[in-house]
Amino acid sequence: MSSSEHGIAHVHRDDIGSRLGMWLFLFTELILFGGMFIVYAIYRFTHQQEFHLAAKELNTLFGTLNTIILLTSSLTMALSITALQKNQKGLSIFLQLTTIVFALAFMVNKFFEWSAKFHHGLFPGSDVLMEKSNGEILFFGLYYIMTGLHGLHVIIGVVLIGTMTYFTSKNRITSDNYVRLEAAGLYWHLVDIIWIFLFPLFYLIT
Amino acid sequence: MTSHSSSNNGYESYLDYRGKGTGLKSWIFSTDHKRIGILYLIAMLIFFVVGVTFGFLMRLELIAPGKTIMDPQTYNSFFTLHGIIMIFLFIIPGLPAVFGNFFLPIMLGAKDVSFPRLNLLSWWLFIIGGLLAIIAVFLPGGPVDTGWTFYIPYSVRTSTNVFPALLAAFVLGFSSILTGLNFVTTIHRLRAPGMDWFKMPLFVWSIYSTAWIQVLATPIIGITLLLVIFERAFGFGIFDPALGGDPVLFQHLFWIYSHPAVYIMIIPAMGVISEIIPVFAHRTIFGYKFIAFSSIAIALFGSMVWAHHMFTVGMSGAAMFIFSLLTFLVAIPSAVKVFNWVATLYKGSISTDPPLLYALAFIFLFSIGGFTGLIQGSLSVNMHIHDTSFIVAHFHYVMFGGTGFGIFAALHYWFPKMFARKYNMKSAKVGFWILFVGFNVLYFPMFVMGWLGMPRRYYDYLPEYQIYHFISTVGSWILITGLIIMFANFIHALLKGEKTNEMNPWGGETLEWHVPTPPPLENFDEIPIIETDPYQYKDNDLSNTEVKEVN
Amino acid sequence: MENHSHSEKHTPHYGIYIIVWLALLILTGVTVAVAGIDFGGLTVATALLIASIKSYLVLTIFMHLKSESKVFSIFVGVALLFLLISFVLLFADYSFM
Repeated sequence: MSSSEHGIAHVHRDDIGSRLGMWLFLFTELILFGGMFIVYAIYRFTHQQEFHLAAKELNTLFGTLNTIILLTSSLTMALSITALQKNQKGLSIFLQLTTIVFALAFMVNKFFEWSAKFHHGLFPGSDVLMEKSNGEILFFGLYYIMTGLHGLHVIIGVVLIGTMTYFTSKNRITSDNYVRLEAAGLYWHLVDIIWIFLFPLFYLIT
Repeated sequence: MTSHSSSNNGYESYLDYRGKGTGLKSWIFSTDHKRIGILYLIAMLIFFVVGVTFGFLMRLELIAPGKTIMDPQTYNSFFTLHGIIMIFLFIIPGLPAVFGNFFLPIMLGAKDVSFPRLNLLSWWLFIIGGLLAIIAVFLPGGPVDTGWTFYIPYSVRTSTNVFPALLAAFVLGFSSILTGLNFVTTIHRLRAPGMDWFKMPLFVWSIYSTAWIQVLATPIIGITLLLVIFERAFGFGIFDPALGGDPVLFQHLFWIYSHPAVYIMIIPAMGVISEIIPVFAHRTIFGYKFIAFSSIAIALFGSMVWAHHMFTVGMSGAAMFIFSLLTFLVAIPSAVKVFNWVATLYKGSISTDPPLLYALAFIFLFSIGGFTGLIQGSLSVNMHIHDTSFIVAHFHYVMFGGTGFGIFAALHYWFPKMFARKYNMKSAKVGFWILFVGFNVLYFPMFVMGWLGMPRRYYDYLPEYQIYHFISTVGSWILITGLIIMFANFIHALLKGEKTNEMNPWGGETLEWHVPTPPPLENFDEIPIIETDPYQYKDNDLSNTEVKEVN
Repeated sequence: MENHSHSEKHTPHYGIYIIVWLALLILTGVTVAVAGIDFGGLTVATALLIASIKSYLVLTIFMHLKSESKVFSIFVGVALLFLLISFVLLFADYSFM
């Protein structure tokens, strides 16, 4: 690595560059959700009462539980990188698998939460929802799209981290070449950050 | 492309390379930035021809009032497809993806971009997006007819193929994002030793600003189109007023991307002009830092002016005032560039080769486009000319007269380096003049009739506008004649043109002129060490003072 | 140019991550607890403030922004600036309606 002081040997490796690229990609994710937060902000501004009313339908307990799950998974992800840096491969793999388990728990939780809503007839285009006020229709539209897209990102994260676990077990990610694990970690933390904002904005306006 | 000489001068050029498969496969799966650039070039020119065809047919329809050659529904689809193809498949990728890919790493003294495989993925996404756009034409339901802006609520109500068109734009956005992040990382990480930020060629600066806009603004259109897809597919209430949504919010989000997108298109063209002018004036560029920073300034201000597309939708007075003011501010960095180009030309020893002719045409046409932009930016005038053909004329002067001519300038400038063939200079000049005249005859009457009240996108019109429409349609024939001459010249050069291994036909000073022609597979045997500024001309008596300032 | 060497990483520790995790959990508790209290217009602001502090912790510690070179932080700043501009200018329309 340091032999290529001028950087660009044929098979070159540039960990900083890789992370820089990953961060740039994360910005696009951030702004993707940012666009939805903009829509949310505008509609919450123009339909304040209805948003409060609609948010009462959401279960704060589910939301809080999922927040704790996701924060803890972020911790295990960060620790798995440290473990690898300390050359504790087994521990790192264990921590990565723990992260995946937490992510799946998040999705199971989400599944029950959505099922309950569907059970009450609260889904896009449903008769129950269409009878409600405009603001509530908008609220639930945004709720399903934003938490849904976030859930999709959780699933992608599971696949991504799973791949990294495989690479780690096959020694394709090692204690002196782990930039891909770092990139997966960055992605996972971003998913966490988005939830950090989704949680109070949907579950805690009462 | 394959019929290329392997006139081996002791190295393997990127055209000779036979490492990965043969024939087509060695191209479409190549991660070499130069080959990817050529792939974009071919794809983009094909889409351009399709877009021109739609434009030609629309103009033909408008030659006389009433029905001429097509019915109104077809006409609506044509202007929609003309817009989608020209914007998403021609001018947005035109300079960054083609010439940025080909020359950015060479100009930086690098062997490739930071993420070569991602680069190839970008191209494939571009092709998939392009195919989706084409599919949108032929699926049952009829070609999309919303205009390229997909305004709500019509885009959730119409039964035409909005869905594939939205998906196409989404995928193309993804492609554009990946190209952008690749370039930003490349410029940060792969500059040759000694090349600090102010030794980079100005084209690189322009690509840098553009790449940032691509990364930051494109996700907004991505999510907006995705929301429309959800709204159409599942009946979510987001923008549709019937479900409580706000269609004006859609317009805001659409333009938060689509206005900066205008700068994705124009800034790289400005970069090309900044390369060409010093070479053909044989003078150091005047005000290097001003040109470099004005690219950044345009990118910044350009992100704050989107709502000037929406002065008639009923925004708040405060917002109208702010957006109008900011719109005027964007003119400053643009003008900085124009003044610096002209100052570079002043007392230069100018050779009027085709690339310079296109560059000069760029300055002229872009200035007209820019000034008419200011006219529209003032609120009161905007009310009068909003949604008239004045706007159509304005953005064609900027987009076609600006970026389009920028692309042609780049093609004429870099063609010998890319293909190691000479094109016929005389035909190139003849083609240029016909194109230039045709362009003005085509678009200038639109200013006049727009001012007189001719609405844009209309299929039919009152008889008093006919003379302008007639002149404009004749202009389209002249313009197409010019295009045919230009492309015929290039194709002839590719097939039968004189081969050349001349390293530096124009006398340029940037790094791409210091690698062999055609460039070797990995550009440099040894990474160069940069010690001088990018534009050092010896016969530079007048500009000594400015050089000091640049240092 | 940014420094190439990636070997001179800070020595890895588990402790800091666990502390940050605890802080995040406490902040979550706080935000749930104060959600019931009506601060009027400041209710949303409080929730967003706590969310921002949590994000800051995740960004700097979990995502290593603190130990990366300055370019990374500048990049994040540029991205946030873009979002901020969009928010502010959009509300220039909606809040003066």
